[in-house]
Amino acid sequence: MSWTGKFLRIDLSAGTVKTEALNRDWARQYLGQRGLATKYFTEEVDPKVEPLAPENKMIFTTGPLTGTAASTGGRYSVVTKGPLTGCIACSNSGGFFGNELKNAGWDMIIVEGRSPKPVYLSIENETVEIRDASAYWGKTVWETENGLKADHQDPLLRVASIGAAGEKGVLYACIVNDLHRAAGRSGVGAVMGSKNLKAVAVRGTRGVRVKDPDRFMAVATEQKKVLADNAVTGQGLPKFGTQVLMNVINELGALPTRNFREVQFEGAHKISAEAMHEPRPTDGKPNLATNGACFGCTIACGRISRMDPGHFSITSRPQYSEPSGGVEYEAAWAMGSDCGVDDLEACTFANFMCNEHGIDPISFGSTLAAAMELYETGVLTKEMTGGVELKFGSAEALVKMAELTGRGEGFGLELGQGSRRFCAKYGHPELSMTVKSQEFPAYDPRGIQGMGLTYATSNRGACHLRSYTVASEVLGIPFKTDPLSTDGKAALVKAFQDATAAFDASGICIFTTFAWSLENLAPQLDAACEGEWTPEVLLEVGERIWTLERQFNLAAGMTAKDDTLPKRLLKDAAKTGPAKGLTSGLDKMLPEYYQLRGWTPDGVPTPETLSRLAL
Amino acid sequence: MQRALLILPEKCTGCRQCEMACSFEKDRSFNPSKSRIRVFDIHSQARFIPYTCTQCSQAWCLHACPVDAIRVDLSLGTKVVHDSLCVGCKVCTIACPFGTINYNADSGKVAKCDLCGGDPACAKACPTGAITYVDAEQTGYGKMRHWAVKTDTQTAAQV
Repeated sequence: MSWTGKFLRIDLSAGTVKTEALNRDWARQYLGQRGLATKYFTEEVDPKVEPLAPENKMIFTTGPLTGTAASTGGRYSVVTKGPLTGCIACSNSGGFFGNELKNAGWDMIIVEGRSPKPVYLSIENETVEIRDASAYWGKTVWETENGLKADHQDPLLRVASIGAAGEKGVLYACIVNDLHRAAGRSGVGAVMGSKNLKAVAVRGTRGVRVKDPDRFMAVATEQKKVLADNAVTGQGLPKFGTQVLMNVINELGALPTRNFREVQFEGAHKISAEAMHEPRPTDGKPNLATNGACFGCTIACGRISRMDPGHFSITSRPQYSEPSGGVEYEAAWAMGSDCGVDDLEACTFANFMCNEHGIDPISFGSTLAAAMELYETGVLTKEMTGGVELKFGSAEALVKMAELTGRGEGFGLELGQGSRRFCAKYGHPELSMTVKSQEFPAYDPRGIQGMGLTYATSNRGACHLRSYTVASEVLGIPFKTDPLSTDGKAALVKAFQDATAAFDASGICIFTTFAWSLENLAPQLDAACEGEWTPEVLLEVGERIWTLERQFNLAAGMTAKDDTLPKRLLKDAAKTGPAKGLTSGLDKMLPEYYQLRGWTPDGVPTPETLSRLAL
Repeated sequence: MQRALLILPEKCTGCRQCEMACSFEKDRSFNPSKSRIRVFDIHSQARFIPYTCTQCSQAWCLHACPVDAIRVDLSLGTKVVHDSLCVGCKVCTIACPFGTINYNADSGKVAKCDLCGGDPACAKACPTGAITYVDAEQTGYGKMRHWAVKTDTQTAAQV
């Protein structure tokens, strides 16, 4: 139990819906969600497939703890080949959609082919239909979600959908569920758009059962207490959200600013968690309305923000003064400090745009930052941007471009190709702050050295959620390491990557790992699922998942040459802060990392490694 | 002493642990759609509000039931649906002004909160203290205390 044991196969070309039994051997080897779906995906799809071609598939997948009372057990992921990166893409989302899918009785949905016309998938327990979505094509995520609820006369319907960005091939389009939770990275929304699939709408009332109910409830309750008693998950995240990091990372000299030219932002405090709590001088209300939880989450880091009704971005559009998903640290950084913008309300509006139209705020903000640098150096002009002055620090430019990119219109469509393609087009590929064509998140690898190796080796391109060594290097979890040193970072990154893959395969949110290790996860899985689940087994599952993803990427054409960082981080030293004078020491860490992984010096898993992992 | 659920929406984060605990208590599965307590996400106002049966003294559901399937538990003050008697006519769902008794298509019976026989699972599962189980005659105690402090301007001025 805990797996439902069955999944849906939707062929959009043929218009068919099939039910299949879950491969139990694979479930034992890959657990679920990120792991199990990657196994199915790599078995069924040619690594060389063109990501936006009908031959690419996409898998909506839950984990065995999705839909259970384990804290944060509401996650789902979307696994596909990413159009932004050309790598395996696996984007994880919270909210309520994952639980609903599991409660409808499905572990996964494998979507194949391309529908001849816009459709959405309607799932009510066992009743599954491909339905016409012509009326919704071109509509926003918010219009689609609210519209489908009205059509179905069902306020409890849960919807994951794309906006115009996904339809028009913005390469970092997201899939958004529950209005502001997103499978955000690598362009999974563009794959959905390429299949003419507008939305998946689910109602599930079957119930999720576990193997040993009493033991499960006892260990899940015990582990919730561990989260409640931890300073980060019990206090910091609920009160401040991930934004608690803005001032901390700035102090540390690791807050990338103005397209990574600098590592500290003079306006950081204005876009920080603390600023979100401050009553505004204009209307006396704070930006933050409340915190909110995803399904089953006892941390509740989510930000619900209410904009200043007098802010220039919404004076003519009062509908945006209603509360919605506020900025998380990554969004506040990408659209704030990386663009030099210190206007919290503008960042909040841009964040609303990202949610409403379904684009990744990290990749969008980072691409805009590169465009701003090109504008500053005169490569881009006002005539080319549709009349918008793309100056660093311009809140007006941020607000305008977020909406244009989300809608897939005008200059926004160019920005929607992502920073690597954009910078290459204008003759300055060196200004693109990406790995494997995916934009960096909010930690400068000159100030937090482990993150350099994290980005360079991440299987989905630059990403902080594949091995969040910030936990160790900054917060001292599970032990403190020196952020400015490369010593021991190869082992740290590998350990974090493997453990994270296991968490991502379970249905649990990675934020639990501020308080939990595999020692805390294993007893919950063991009580919920068939089989024996120990920390050792989970670590091996994690390593197996990591290596399988690597195998896919190598077969797709990636090589060790792609495990690198932009020159700016390797050659230009940090100008201020504790990391002043430092560049990323990637070359000191990478060979050791390959060795620890059991890969050749060219980054290829050896036959011994593959056989040890039963690959 | 009778106890009652005290719900403080301002503490609720909308996590639905209460809904899972409720369905688990009754059916050993995690199934929010079958929960007797529901959390409402009033998105346009950034509010999360848990809501369930308040165990009316003169319960509409009980009086409406044509087969006397809803009976009073005198020690707890709860109105309990007896499945062996319920015929699934749903008249109680029409009679209840608050919508807190509902039909369950799987069982063919109606279901409502019975305070889990005096140890409500929702209150135990709530991570923020938004749902607690307190003396039924003192549910206003916290609010009274708050206003007592606010109202007493005189001694406040002296300290």
